[in-house]
Amino acid sequence: MTILSTRMLVELDETMPLRTSDDVVRVRQAVRARAAGGGFTLVDQTKIVTAASEIARNTVDYGGGGELRIEMLRHGQRRGVRLTFSDQGPGIADIELAMKDGYTTGKGLGLGLSGSKRLCNEFAIKSSPGQGTVVTLARWK
Amino acid sequence: MSEIPILKIGDCLLVSIQVDMHDRLAMALQDDLTQRIVADRARGVMIDISALEIVDSFIGRMLNNIAAMSRVLDAVTVVVGMRPAVAITLVELGLALTGVRTALNVDKGLALIRSIIDDSEHPDARRAG
Repeated sequence: MTILSTRMLVELDETMPLRTSDDVVRVRQAVRARAAGGGFTLVDQTKIVTAASEIARNTVDYGGGGELRIEMLRHGQRRGVRLTFSDQGPGIADIELAMKDGYTTGKGLGLGLSGSKRLCNEFAIKSSPGQGTVVTLARWK
Repeated sequence: MSEIPILKIGDCLLVSIQVDMHDRLAMALQDDLTQRIVADRARGVMIDISALEIVDSFIGRMLNNIAAMSRVLDAVTVVVGMRPAVAITLVELGLALTGVRTALNVDKGLALIRSIIDDSEHPDARRAG
């Protein structure tokens, strides 16, 4: 692969608010529409939408609300979708612990972060106490 | 009351989830179903999820809870119609739904509920027959 072809292009960039559980439903629908439009298979669409639903709920329930940025990417012949969830909530003190299967501070199953990571090709989380949380997911087709 | 109708067929309750549920709606359905099991003396609960495009950990937990609550109330829950893409995603997410009985469609679900109820009422029938 030449250096030129590895340049990544952002073809579409939009932001949506995440305040309520209705917004979580809207996020699922928007991510579904983008992934379907990007030519993702049904299984890949389902994985990225499910991951988006998990992280969106975290943003609303634990982060006190925030926003989602959806980007459609092109990298050479590959197309991808990148989702960035950000909030200004209390943040996560121990990210390693939060990423463990079954760990939860709420009443969930503790699968949100760890499960979403398994459903995506790229996963990054940036957080510290009092500084909010930014979770970035990407899936490539 | 949730906005999702609960239909009574004989001693079974049937729910077909046709909308993309927000979390409060999922919790309301869980509460309504539990009430109806007692009020209608239901022995079986069938939940059709063939219209659901995703099952995330919250909805998965709701299905698990309904199955557990109905068991305590002497009813059996069967989830039917899960889409293949949803099944693949659920397992990868880490949610095996181990407490929930499943069937491919409504017909098979009803047959499964029938056989479980019959077995519990006549535990020796199968051996004798």
